[in-house]
Amino acid sequence: MTILKKKLDRRSFLKVSTLAGGGMMLSFSWLAGCKPTPEEVLTMPKEWFELNSYIKIGENGAVTLFNPNPEFGSNVKTSLPMILAEELDVDWKNVFVEQADFYPERFDRQFTGGSQGVRSAWTPLRTAGATARQLIVNSAAQTWNVPATEITTKAGYVEHIASGKRAGYGELASLAGTLEAPDPETVKLKEISDFKIIGNSKKNVDGTKIVTGKPMFGIDHKVEGMKYAAIVHPPAFGMKLKSFDKSSVTSMPGILDAFEVKIFKDDYARNFFDTTTFPEIIAIVGNSTWEVLQAKKNLKAEWEKAPETTFPMAGRGGNNIDIKVPAGLENSSSHKNQMAEYIQKPGNILRKDGDPEGAFKKAFKVMERTYTAPFLAHNTMEPMNCFADVKGDKAVIYGPTQAPELIRQTIAARLGMPQENVQINLARMGGGFGRRAYSHHMTEAALISQKIQAPVKMVYTREDDMTAGVYRPTYSATYRAALDENNNLLALHVKAGGIPESPIHANRFPAGAIDNYLAEGWQIESNITIGAFRAPRSNFIAGAEQSFLDELAEEMGKDPIEFRLELLKRAETNPVGENNDYDPKRYAGVLELVRDKSNWSNVPNGISRGVSAYFCHNSYVAEVVDISIKDKQPVVENVFAAVDCGIVVNPDAAANMGEGAIVDGIGNAFYGEMAFENGAPTKTNFDTYRMIRHREAPKKIEVHFVESNEAPTGLGEPLFPPVFAALGNSLYKATGKRLYEQPFQPKLMEMENLRM
Amino acid sequence: MAIFNLSINGQNKQVDVDPNTPMLWVLRDHLDLVGTKFGCGIAQCGACTIHLDGTATRSCQLPVSAAEGAEITTIEGISEKGDHPVQKAWLEHDVPQCGYCQAGQIMSAVALLKDNPSPSDEDIDNAMNGNICRCGTYTRIKAAIKTASQNV
Repeated sequence: MTILKKKLDRRSFLKVSTLAGGGMMLSFSWLAGCKPTPEEVLTMPKEWFELNSYIKIGENGAVTLFNPNPEFGSNVKTSLPMILAEELDVDWKNVFVEQADFYPERFDRQFTGGSQGVRSAWTPLRTAGATARQLIVNSAAQTWNVPATEITTKAGYVEHIASGKRAGYGELASLAGTLEAPDPETVKLKEISDFKIIGNSKKNVDGTKIVTGKPMFGIDHKVEGMKYAAIVHPPAFGMKLKSFDKSSVTSMPGILDAFEVKIFKDDYARNFFDTTTFPEIIAIVGNSTWEVLQAKKNLKAEWEKAPETTFPMAGRGGNNIDIKVPAGLENSSSHKNQMAEYIQKPGNILRKDGDPEGAFKKAFKVMERTYTAPFLAHNTMEPMNCFADVKGDKAVIYGPTQAPELIRQTIAARLGMPQENVQINLARMGGGFGRRAYSHHMTEAALISQKIQAPVKMVYTREDDMTAGVYRPTYSATYRAALDENNNLLALHVKAGGIPESPIHANRFPAGAIDNYLAEGWQIESNITIGAFRAPRSNFIAGAEQSFLDELAEEMGKDPIEFRLELLKRAETNPVGENNDYDPKRYAGVLELVRDKSNWSNVPNGISRGVSAYFCHNSYVAEVVDISIKDKQPVVENVFAAVDCGIVVNPDAAANMGEGAIVDGIGNAFYGEMAFENGAPTKTNFDTYRMIRHREAPKKIEVHFVESNEAPTGLGEPLFPPVFAALGNSLYKATGKRLYEQPFQPKLMEMENLRM
Repeated sequence: MAIFNLSINGQNKQVDVDPNTPMLWVLRDHLDLVGTKFGCGIAQCGACTIHLDGTATRSCQLPVSAAEGAEITTIEGISEKGDHPVQKAWLEHDVPQCGYCQAGQIMSAVALLKDNPSPSDEDIDNAMNGNICRCGTYTRIKAAIKTASQNV
């Protein structure tokens, strides 16, 4: 047994009854989760006994576990309860899972993002499970009058071997619910080798609901008397509302009202996740979605160019800083020219080891390559939407958000009510990918409801969603390598920037592996809004770096995996500089595993193969992509991934998410692009914004996990960044041409040997 | 507004709506059948796929006036207990991530297998290409369709 050393917040482990003040509902969606095999489940108990914030046990032994985090498809609703169930020591088939509401008095960090769900919850949920188990044990000890230390548990049963006494958890739950919770600091956790649930794949607890079309998303929600709302936002970045003619829509069938919605009060200091492209929009309210969508088309509005503005952003220590929003209608063509200019200028030095300038001066040969990628839209399948019911000084919000804690502050400030009066219930999200960390759609719905004094469901059209900003930025990275006459690597220089941020992680590989190293960053301001997009910054810089290393290996006459392993060996045995933020051995481990699993040096006939590796979100991933050319088009045949993310809680679901990240990366590498003309996004729906489809998906994907007893690290994002370069490097093998500009598809169409 | 008599999942339903209202919104707003999803509104993503007399149809582009007299099936109607072979195969392969597109994917797959019980990889790609999965579950969907094809 391991004793927990880490300091933990006690509140989640205490009995809820002492905490559940304020009249908040225990849960919005009672027993929202159900098991895929209902016949195996115990019948519903007559009474539930709460052991702590996460766990209720029924008198018949049924167990309800709360998933605290918002679910956007990374399967936390299954994997987090698995951690609880493991330490509680119950049989998974008797477990019900419920989605918790946003309830900060009961739960810590109800946030989905940064691939930190399992990593952050690992110790708190193990502890919550173990403290509840201890309560059951203490209850048995008291009932049987035997020492607690002599009591063992197994799969929902408690046993005292010496006296032959045995009972189900359900029989002891009523007493356990009244006992004082043990100090979480002293609770014993299971040995990893004793895990029975963690590491054994469990099916998605919402699988049956999904395949039978049950309501579970915000967009599915409906209450008696609910109205429907659509929004109209300015047609371009750099534009704002001048005026609109309400009468152009209010006489239409089913239309009740149209009005301006202003998302922030003038003096409100925004937080980092308050990103909103258009703080003033028009709302149209009516009796059905179709009617408000018709009115939306008919609305007569005038727009004007927005001047340069500033808004206050809440800074550290209570000091506000002014953030500038530049004026102007931007174009992708001028973005490219601007970025090309910055490549020639000195950047901000982010890291410097040795004497890179000197090394480049005495170099026999300098290799320089520049990589670019465009803005990307998240395009979650479920467009932004939200239900809100604001009555008097109370608000109930139900909708898709990755970050309820942040948006609750925003909504409360805007509605002018205390935060605790704003109840946010967490809907399953139809995708997130970072987009729903920015939840202004919830504020919009709340303001519409407050204005009409009725419950409302607001839905963005796909066009609204795709043109509302919060994009992945456009980036550029220039890599230079200095080589001597024997092709030894003397120095490496990276200078990378973007609109409006730089993608550099200066302390990541290959920093630490090269004597003379220089990293510089730059950025260009813009009024196009950006937001986190699956592995922010890494999702570009990994592709640039790993493409450059591939070309460099070729120039140096080395095998691409062997070359990377040599650099990692250097970083392990004799690291350069300080603050290198990766473990070279684990990094090398995934390259070795993918070399083995892909049978790297035996390339099948007709296959071209590329490799790439990257570290982000505390995890290591190496990927090999195999392509063939069929009918003059590239076909992705196989993808092999090797992943070191520590202990894997739910392996098959983890593999699923990894497969999805690979498909996502291949799709964005080939096709992903958002462009602008006079400030307006040039793509507004899936007829022009090309998404990867069935036919273009890899024929086979294998995700292999490094066996590990390390605590879990990130998984939702780390498989995404490396696939861009693995694909690019395999396309080079197939075509003889290096691809420097994403998306790849336009260049591939130009190539003679691939012409369709 | 006009009255329409519809046959949905074997039941007769009456709605009083604008004749141009797409079936997608009739199902979702007026009949509380929200399994059929809104994704793009222009028949490019497949999230709203239903069956019109057994044929996979994008309900966002199907006006209610064109649906009268046809047998409409939605995700809620392909099986009574969620045990259609395609649904079972989806669970066996643990296909969904976010789950939003999956009703449309399943409706396209059920229609495919009805017409072509043993589809090739190419047949699957062709039949399913109109259904986008943003989470990228395509390889699992293909595997699930192959499993289901052995049980339909």
